[in-house]
Amino acid sequence: MTQAKSQHPPSRIAAITSGKGGVGKTFVAANLAAALARQGRRVLVLDADLGLANLDVVLNLQPKITLHDVFTRKATLQEAVLPAPGGFSVLLAGSGMVEYSRMTPEVRDQLQRVIDEVAPRYDHVLLDTGAGISDVVLYTVSLADDVIIVATPEPTSLTDAYATIKVLATTQGRRAMGVLVNQVRRPGEGRAVRQQLQTVVDRYVNPGLDSFVRLDLLGELPADPAVRDAVQRRQLLLESMPGAPAAVAMSVVATRMIEEAP
Amino acid sequence: MDRPTPPSDRPPPLSLDSALQLLAHSGQPAPAGEPGTAAWMQGLIDALVDLSSRDALTGLANRRSFDLALGREIDRVARSGEPALLLALDIDHFKRVNDNFGHGAGDLVIQAVAGALLDCVRPMDLVARVGGEEFAIILPNCPSAFGETVAERVRRRVERMPVTVGPGQNLSVSVSVGGAFAPQWVRSTPALWVERADQQLYRAKALGRNVVQLEPTAVSLVSNDEKRLLFETSSFQDFE
Repeated sequence: MTQAKSQHPPSRIAAITSGKGGVGKTFVAANLAAALARQGRRVLVLDADLGLANLDVVLNLQPKITLHDVFTRKATLQEAVLPAPGGFSVLLAGSGMVEYSRMTPEVRDQLQRVIDEVAPRYDHVLLDTGAGISDVVLYTVSLADDVIIVATPEPTSLTDAYATIKVLATTQGRRAMGVLVNQVRRPGEGRAVRQQLQTVVDRYVNPGLDSFVRLDLLGELPADPAVRDAVQRRQLLLESMPGAPAAVAMSVVATRMIEEAP
Repeated sequence: MDRPTPPSDRPPPLSLDSALQLLAHSGQPAPAGEPGTAAWMQGLIDALVDLSSRDALTGLANRRSFDLALGREIDRVARSGEPALLLALDIDHFKRVNDNFGHGAGDLVIQAVAGALLDCVRPMDLVARVGGEEFAIILPNCPSAFGETVAERVRRRVERMPVTVGPGQNLSVSVSVGGAFAPQWVRSTPALWVERADQQLYRAKALGRNVVQLEPTAVSLVSNDEKRLLFETSSFQDFE
């Protein structure tokens, strides 16, 4: 007996995280999903910021059914998967998830179940984690194949990105992590930020490990007034201004992710 | 003339002599009950299992049962979110003991350290000998605030314990201790946990031995040195 071969390669699950809040994690998750969808990929974004979900705000959605209903078994997973404006699907945490913002065996089992069940239907699953390095964030990241660290060139963002990298390297054995630098003021600044993080990792983290942590620059998104406009209007930048520099840069990141998928 | 063996439901007789010899040699009582009965066989198997999970010299858990216990514990921690500490210990300058006093003395030192370790942990903790002069202790349900205290108690206990290796010959030995807590909730591997505890053990050795070094629970802490290097403008200056 031979097993039926799956038509699609298994989905890639990427966790988008940052340490510091307000660096554009959710903006990246939503617009990266739209960029991947534009290139014909089936994409799902899961709002894993269970305590302070705001993917619905960014996407201007008022969901009737959320992960909360799935967790409490008031709705099926299929009912909770919603179409988003950019041609991808979303699973929104919605309000009322505060009780799930702390790690418990229930949160763990529910998140795991939801991801296991939903992932096979997509090429890419993006997990939009909360800010910080809480138990829930670390657990969510542990469910992902790839890690995308969103950072800006600000010192506070760099520090928190570095702390996140350090924790993931030492406690989860992560050896390759992607860095996406947002709000870049000059071309090349993203490369400098990645290099700076790598230098500190080489000096302070790698000596204690059996194999080296490598940071990859996934891309740099220019500081772009169009981003602010889109966020204010609660629209996807890739929908409202696909020609804006940050939107173009996002498409480049998506292309790289598709090309580099194993 | 041999008669053909009558057909029988009974399994063919087993040769258990070497198993029984092994048990007798290792000081284990012979299995209780009528030889050949199911209860007796179970007793024999239990005794063999016990034997194969212990270190012959010290009676501690051996490498094999340590690996099993570690796998179980890391699963438990990932499920329950309870804290658990792994300590990696190594007798300092053990080679000198062997070189100066002979291997017999070395064995006595290992046995004494094993006893000391067993003496200062809870019954639920697992003490194992995982290598020549290397030991490990798994401490389930050990809050991170207690880690340092427990590890320090172990270190001090060994330091204060004289080992008699011959008439009038008392040695004092010490251990270096490294430790790391299991990542709570997160699925991890026993190998990674051991690696983290070992890293701390190397640090303890590098700090001059006979010290305890636990992985800082907040690995997310970024030191001033790290920040200085992180904000160093060298690579940014190209763009100014």
